[in-house]
Amino acid sequence: MSLLEAFEGVFVKYSLVTAFAVVGLMVWFSYVLSDRLTKGRLHGSAIAIFLGLALAYLGGLFTGGQKGIADVRALSGIGLMGGAMLRDLAIVATAFGVRMDEFRRAGLSGVVSLFAGVVTSFGVGIGVAYAFGYRDAVSLTTIGGGAATYIVGPVTGSAIGASSEVMALSVAAGLVKSILVMTLTPFVARYIGLDNPRSAMVFGGLMGTTSGVAGGLAATDPKLVPYGAMTATFYTGIGCLLGPSLIFIVVRALV
Amino acid sequence: MAIYGTGILAASLLIGLLSGRLIGWLVGLNANVGGVGIAMLLLIFCTDCLRRSQRLKVPTENGIAFWSAIYIPIVVAMAASQNVLAALTGGAVAVVAGVLSVLACFALVPLVGRLGGDRSVVNEKKSPL
Repeated sequence: MSLLEAFEGVFVKYSLVTAFAVVGLMVWFSYVLSDRLTKGRLHGSAIAIFLGLALAYLGGLFTGGQKGIADVRALSGIGLMGGAMLRDLAIVATAFGVRMDEFRRAGLSGVVSLFAGVVTSFGVGIGVAYAFGYRDAVSLTTIGGGAATYIVGPVTGSAIGASSEVMALSVAAGLVKSILVMTLTPFVARYIGLDNPRSAMVFGGLMGTTSGVAGGLAATDPKLVPYGAMTATFYTGIGCLLGPSLIFIVVRALV
Repeated sequence: MAIYGTGILAASLLIGLLSGRLIGWLVGLNANVGGVGIAMLLLIFCTDCLRRSQRLKVPTENGIAFWSAIYIPIVVAMAASQNVLAALTGGAVAVVAGVLSVLACFALVPLVGRLGGDRSVVNEKKSPL
């Protein structure tokens, strides 16, 4: 065994610890860049998230895997650290210290935003798929689901019997959406009034992609995270509910 | 002790996820409907009750606050483990559908924000209507 392999063994065995160290370094580096290059105008966490996405791209390019940089054996702990388990634990923890009446005040617009978000995303996705020449209700609805989230797409597709090629497209559409929400939110926040708990809840309900909303709000203003996450968490469920039923029936009637 | 806080947090998440699965199962879905949201409400409710009866000690709070503080690094790790390559090479229809749906939803944020709910909240932020 070479020394390099022996070293790799340590990183693999202590994968989560390695992830803490690597991510810690990335965040530190991003905040230095934020200070030095942008004088704090571009939030350090926005740079860190962008850096993460860039690493994920490189990881996919070099390993051919699906989990970004976490497919590099020595960095597999990043997948655990950024996986659903710890992510959801941390999202719930952000609710600590939030006042209940904030949620209640924005309750109705939160619910409206959920349905508006699901229907709009499906509508746009279906329209784009139609423009690209898809004419069967199954493919149209599945790609529409992908424009909602990368979970709604394949769940809808498998329920109504879409081809695997169309399902892969719907996952890709959902990934594009999630990445765009992560990176664009800090830039558009000012123009769409995203600066208070109420609009954060509306934002979460409209966007729906948990990872996108989690990243986008973290890069904009961490105080808004619990509000956006609260509504976003209902989105995928509602999308999976409406996609293969109501929306599919409407699309089938139209084409 | 810090573990009390982390324990309350973990239990809230588990109960929330179980409830979300239950709701999904009841409506015939193999998905979690609002589990994390329910967990958040549970955590707020629990800590509020404990705080009112003055049983929420500082070390217990720290056991929750740590996870809240580690949130952004976790999101960075999440970003680093996304399938970015698949998103960028998934085909034009996927990219266009993703881009347009994000733009449409961004545009809806101020519109829906004005619907429903009491006016006073809106008026605090926006000058005279």
